[in-house]
Amino acid sequence: MTQGATRSQTPSGPQKKAGQAPALLLRDIDKAFDGKTALSGASFRLDWGEVHALVGENGAGKSTIMNVATGVYAPDHGEVIVDGRDVPLRSPVDAVAAGIGMVHQHFRLVGRFTVAENVALALGGIGRRIGIGKAAQLVKRKSAELGFALDPEARVERISVAEQQRAEIIKVLLLGAGIMILDEPTAVLTQQEAEALLSMARRLAQAGHAVVLITHKLQEVADHCDRITVMAQGRTVLDAAPMAQTSLAQVTRKAFGEVKEQEPVQPGTLGGELLRLENLRVRHGAVTLDGLNLSLRAGEILGIAGVGGNGQSELVACLNGLLRPLDGKIFLADEDLTAASPAKRRKAGLRVVPADRFDSALVRDMTLSENLALTGLESGRFGPWWGLSRRSMKRNAENSLKEFNVLGGGPETRASVLSGGNAQKVLLARELAAGTRVVVAHSPVRGLDLRSARAVLNLLVASARQGAACLLISEDLDEILRMCGSAAVLNRGRLSPPLSGADLNPARLGELMVGHA
Amino acid sequence: MTDLVLAWLTVFPGYTVPLLLASLGLVISERAGVLNLCTEGLMAVGAMTGALMALAGYDPLLAVACGALAGAALSLVFGVATVVFRADHTLAGLATVALGLGITGVVGRPYVQKPFDGLPRLSDTVWGADLPRLVGQQNILLPLTVLLLLAVWGWLFRTHSGLRLRAVGEDPAAADVVGIDIQLTQLGAVLASGVLAGLAGAYLSVAAAHVWVEGMVAGRGWVAVAIVIFAGWRPWGVLLGAGLFGGAEAAMLRLQTLGLDFPIYLGAMLPYALTLLVFCIACARRRGENAGPAALGKAYLRQDKH
Repeated sequence: MTQGATRSQTPSGPQKKAGQAPALLLRDIDKAFDGKTALSGASFRLDWGEVHALVGENGAGKSTIMNVATGVYAPDHGEVIVDGRDVPLRSPVDAVAAGIGMVHQHFRLVGRFTVAENVALALGGIGRRIGIGKAAQLVKRKSAELGFALDPEARVERISVAEQQRAEIIKVLLLGAGIMILDEPTAVLTQQEAEALLSMARRLAQAGHAVVLITHKLQEVADHCDRITVMAQGRTVLDAAPMAQTSLAQVTRKAFGEVKEQEPVQPGTLGGELLRLENLRVRHGAVTLDGLNLSLRAGEILGIAGVGGNGQSELVACLNGLLRPLDGKIFLADEDLTAASPAKRRKAGLRVVPADRFDSALVRDMTLSENLALTGLESGRFGPWWGLSRRSMKRNAENSLKEFNVLGGGPETRASVLSGGNAQKVLLARELAAGTRVVVAHSPVRGLDLRSARAVLNLLVASARQGAACLLISEDLDEILRMCGSAAVLNRGRLSPPLSGADLNPARLGELMVGHA
Repeated sequence: MTDLVLAWLTVFPGYTVPLLLASLGLVISERAGVLNLCTEGLMAVGAMTGALMALAGYDPLLAVACGALAGAALSLVFGVATVVFRADHTLAGLATVALGLGITGVVGRPYVQKPFDGLPRLSDTVWGADLPRLVGQQNILLPLTVLLLLAVWGWLFRTHSGLRLRAVGEDPAAADVVGIDIQLTQLGAVLASGVLAGLAGAYLSVAAAHVWVEGMVAGRGWVAVAIVIFAGWRPWGVLLGAGLFGGAEAAMLRLQTLGLDFPIYLGAMLPYALTLLVFCIACARRRGENAGPAALGKAYLRQDKH
């Protein structure tokens, strides 16, 4: 769908008549957590029948202001006006009753329940007690209406993330939401799924709903939104500007300050081969990696593109030693690491940055100095086995945090308190420390704002310049194209030969990503 | 042989019912997300209170009800600690067991080994004289337990409040957004488990033994905890688990009366060993499927940023 076509379909119909009250009006909102200001004088205005983008850095206050609109947080000051009425929103239930629904990044679905049970549960919460069978009927009807299939009897934990999102949207709609807030809905979706979701948002708006789209992806904003609000540091810096009169450059400047347009990374000088995968075969659940061959040289950043779920996680698990291949070999500079333990791989200089920072990398409830020292304990840098030197741990953390420009925490801060971008920097500080020869980074900037994403990617570039070999596994083609001198595509467990030079272009990559070879 | 089987069938419910009641209570509490390890203590308090009331000459049914209430009262202590003050569920549970056993030790000491009439068999009641022997040997708590089993199953899986209770145990954040009062739900679930554990205890003294002996619960509370895991937190699985353990215990006692030359302690141990074995096999075959409620034992705080 082109930009122009999308716009022309936008109904200017009954909902946008002059004088009609806006769907949602937040005025002069202040909110602080433990004395730390999250919002100060923020405002937001949403009209019926529009798709409204809400943009800003991590921590700019987007989620906080939407949580105020959905009754999760009570504002310290300011007013919330829903469809012209001053509605006190004391709890999420009040917001639901007022017709405001939010699809959070982490879905509010009970994983062990079926889709229909989740809907029955939610409807019960607003006093509409219906049986599971009736709920299943409602789900079926609504999903047909929205133009996709969803099995109401399926257990939520068994269906894909895209389907869970649809279940959540259907639940919110069945609760009677006229106002639908989508919090970074496309962050977890593949490109095709994202397109489907965004056109559904458009259809909802055409049917008279008001849709808010919180996002980091400016292209989505340009292609699918009618108006845009930009937030920075708890304030509204661009208030409901019509998209047609707003340039993305202007939005970028407002949201992130002056950031230079980033040039593609110039490949450094390549050294000898560092990582070699020979005919690697892995089976894990439904996923099979089939005969992967790959060669990575010192100073090289090799991209692995592909839609998530095509074997990326399995490849990562195989490289860091959590998954044993059925067949094939892993060599690091001629040392056979195929059967090596994670500790041995680490010692050999193979470091992995997994997709989920807190899943198998950082320990949420440990301090930064502890997290940073965790992988260096064996070396004796932090004291002998019978005694830990808190002082050298702290010094190490202070140096790392400074070197990698980690904001929002010191050595004694718990890792869970950091924002996504800063947590990722901490992880990189640990993994890119001395002795790193090969870095495997899986979606290292997913969910990060522009500025943090650039900082993280620059760290990888710097490490490649110093002679490390880097494998960048990502679903984001722009990222791959900017960072990598060559890239291969992982599709259904098979890795294409690497593309480089003129062959490395979006069209060719896209072909390989969706091809059924 | 038929005599033996018949005799076994006659005593079988007596060993199964207390386990079933206690496990059912645990299912309710743990489905709501409260890891409940205090059953052993609650059963002891229920057993002693029931016995004391019976010794004081009250109607046996009233004694049983008081046992259930005593269980509920002690479970309230546990519930307030875990749900309201967010104490660690395991520690609070163990402390409650110690408290329950301590109370029964102190309060019950003067009443130890004093037999009383207790709950009559069905065949001894005015209207039950013509019942067949197998049924007539039982007491009124058996049909009540069957009804409770049906009720708990229907409630958890066929009603709205059951759905809400399970949602709390699986995902309190999701349940909170729906407007469910997490603390009230969990407190209610803990109280229900207290009533059922107290009932199970009172069964041991008032319906089965007709006497109070310190330590008469003899680890059945812990067995109930295991049964619930074995059952995958499902009422019908609980029936199977309780039947298995109760049946084995009853069989051992029957075999002893045959005068077999068999070390008595080994015999007494066998039901536990058998249960352990069956549970290991069951859990190994299940491999993580039907694992417990996702939020079991976790304290929930709402305005938790991060």
